[in-house]
Amino acid sequence: MIHKYSMSGYNIVLDVESGGVYVVDDLTFKMLDKINLPMDKSCPDNLFKEFSKYSIEEIQDSYNEIYSLYESKRLFSDDNVYEKYSISAEQTPIKAMCLHVAHDCNLRCKYCFASTGDFGGNRELMSLDTAKKAVDFLIKNSGKRKNLEVDFFGGEPLMNFDVVKKTVEYARKEEKKFNKNFRFTITTNGILLTDDKIKYLNEEMDNVVLSLDGRKKINDRMRPRVSGDGSYDSILPKFLKLVKDRGTKDYYVRGTFTKHNLDFSNDVLHINDCGFDQISVEPVVCDASKEYALTEKDLSKICEEYELLANKIVERKKNNSKINFFHFMIDLKQGPCVIKRLRGCGCGNEYVAISPDGRIYPCHQFVGMEEWNMGNVYEDNLNADIKDKFSKTTIFDKEKCSDCWAKFYCSGGCNANNYQYAGGNILKPYELSCEMEKKRIECAIMIKAALS
Amino acid sequence: MKHIKLLNDFNLKETACKGGCGECQTSCQSACKTSCTVANQKCENEEQR
Ligand code: SF4
Ligand code: SF4
Ligand code: SF4
Repeated sequence: MIHKYSMSGYNIVLDVESGGVYVVDDLTFKMLDKINLPMDKSCPDNLFKEFSKYSIEEIQDSYNEIYSLYESKRLFSDDNVYEKYSISAEQTPIKAMCLHVAHDCNLRCKYCFASTGDFGGNRELMSLDTAKKAVDFLIKNSGKRKNLEVDFFGGEPLMNFDVVKKTVEYARKEEKKFNKNFRFTITTNGILLTDDKIKYLNEEMDNVVLSLDGRKKINDRMRPRVSGDGSYDSILPKFLKLVKDRGTKDYYVRGTFTKHNLDFSNDVLHINDCGFDQISVEPVVCDASKEYALTEKDLSKICEEYELLANKIVERKKNNSKINFFHFMIDLKQGPCVIKRLRGCGCGNEYVAISPDGRIYPCHQFVGMEEWNMGNVYEDNLNADIKDKFSKTTIFDKEKCSDCWAKFYCSGGCNANNYQYAGGNILKPYELSCEMEKKRIECAIMIKAALS
Repeated sequence: MKHIKLLNDFNLKETACKGGCGECQTSCQSACKTSCTVANQKCENEEQR
């Protein structure tokens, strides 16, 4: 299967199965629609007629170039040759875990899937004992995997900072015994950051995710404090200090856009102007009935906005400014192996989330949904049926994905979104997310073309 | 080539034999927490690269 599109003056062609990505001239772009398979070595007569406004030599040349890629199986390469590998992609060890250390929050963000910090349950902090049990559970279920990932999440994890520190200390001790390598991430809204905490996070966390939506007005509308005041003024200086002290270690400033800021490119650029270069601003995912929800009607505006942002990023990069937009990052040259690409999300199989009282769920977005409770770290049990279900979520298990041009970039989307917003089936992709994802991939590749 | 410019020169198929070690990031977990794009993730396997 091939996919072709034009954006910002570039004609781009993807050969889906081989991963080939090409920029072509107008003639070739049009000719690709007229190619009959299997291709003939010599250019068919009808193409000379069809493209009579071009010279015979040009048509011949363009055809030969298409043919040479075809012959080396980098254009019109066979479909679905990878299906056999999806069987080997079944149940795996668990290697990543999200620890919900605090189901409590000091902000009242309107779109929070944690329902203002309590995840639909009671406000609750994870005890150190539960966190240690979770670390033990992860090590025990990680098989031969060496790199283990633990994310401190909430609510607001800094509301339980002592447990975060002691959990890290405990995991560092255990990793030596079991020959593992822990990597920690924390997602924070920044309110409780102090110089000491910043120092600690910069030393211990492999990645920090800093929540900020963009422009002050936009941020404060959706991310108010308990008192109703905005959070922007308080967190911005703390984030700046953290990032300045962080050196080359990973971080993201991570925001959400909603119907209220469909011009979100301004928020991304604002964050960049503030002094951050690792940025992720994502569409809100929520029930369509919410006033800030994104719907089909917003799609064309969102796509335009992504394109605008892509062009701005090209401009900035050409002027040597640093800016990295998470969902426009793409590694065309190496990137993950194809087996990894069959099932991007390891939720419920390689990855689990732990609620404050030790219950196990497929991922952070499933926490609190009792039908998806997979067990408890205290009982050290795991529901094999649920794990099995999630292990079978490759692009070949999702009907729409196997025929989608974006499958090896997207890898099948988000199971939790599918379940919550696309009719209760983890295998049925959520259309709105798909359209946005495809647009982002197109933009990401255009950026590569523009900077190549 | 005059009409076609290659933005990459690798074949996804060749990554099948050495891949699948499972050492890389598993989901959106350490980043955005709401969606998964795999193309931007890093491969952790020296042999593969
Ligand atoms: S680390 Fe590399 S080779 Fe291993 S599964 Fe991930 S992408 Fe594939
Ligand atoms: S964009 Fe949608 S259909 Fe395509 S691979 Fe992703 S989830 Fe599947
Ligand atoms: S199901 Fe969605 S939210 Fe959960 S880990 Fe996967 S991509 Fe992330």
